[in-house]
Amino acid sequence: MTAQADDELWSAIADPSRRRVLDLIVSNGAVSASWLAGHVPFTRQAVSKHLVVLEQAGLISRRKQGREVLYQVEAGRLDQAARALADLATQWDRRLDTIKRLAEAAHAENRKRNRDE
Amino acid sequence: MADLVIDREVLIEAPVGVVWRTVTEPDQMSQWFADRVELVIEPGAHGYMGFGDQGGPVVVETVDPPTRFSFRWNHPRGEEPAVGNSMLVEFTLTPEGDERTRLRVVESGHELRAWPDAEKQRYADEHRDGWGEYLDRLATLLAKRRSG
Repeated sequence: MTAQADDELWSAIADPSRRRVLDLIVSNGAVSASWLAGHVPFTRQAVSKHLVVLEQAGLISRRKQGREVLYQVEAGRLDQAARALADLATQWDRRLDTIKRLAEAAHAENRKRNRDE
Repeated sequence: MADLVIDREVLIEAPVGVVWRTVTEPDQMSQWFADRVELVIEPGAHGYMGFGDQGGPVVVETVDPPTRFSFRWNHPRGEEPAVGNSMLVEFTLTPEGDERTRLRVVESGHELRAWPDAEKQRYADEHRDGWGEYLDRLATLLAKRRSG
């Protein structure tokens, strides 16, 4: 994933209202914008805006069914997001482990020196 | 400030002073963080972190020995780092007795880099929740729905 795609993804999910919309799509499968608007405490217009951002980030896609447009989650992209976040956390775990190793070695060295003096 | 937050910690069998030096001294940092660290540990100091042939500027925010140290990085070259164009890394050191230290790191700001300023501010004002848990929950829900 490129840095820019990452940024788009993070900003799409960071907004709590958008998270609410995404949540509803994940739990209910393919749903329409008007159905969504009936299940959130904000306007149909706001719902449409959130859908655009989520779609741009690749988190949802749309398909036509009769006269309705239905939105559904893009599972691969969501997994990718979860993994990207886990990778960032793992990177910090590795750094913290190295700090632990360095600090404990320095501490052991100090103790040895104090004993020898 | 609110955002995508990475929040990790580790328990170290060493006094807080030793851990502080490991975390903040540039020659130590070059062993756990970047390959090349050019940095003066003073609030506001500008420095550089090199990773192989890549690298970027870093700016120190808080220096409060021996318990708090933070810096911003990953901001675009030539820009002053601030909320919205960089990531903030905050270390907190908590002594647990004389020989043991809890070290916590929080990295924040990942998603804000792509936001328009007005939206950033609104978001920063209104929300403080980390959303790593949210993603986990969503992934779990999704897995359930697939298998169901």
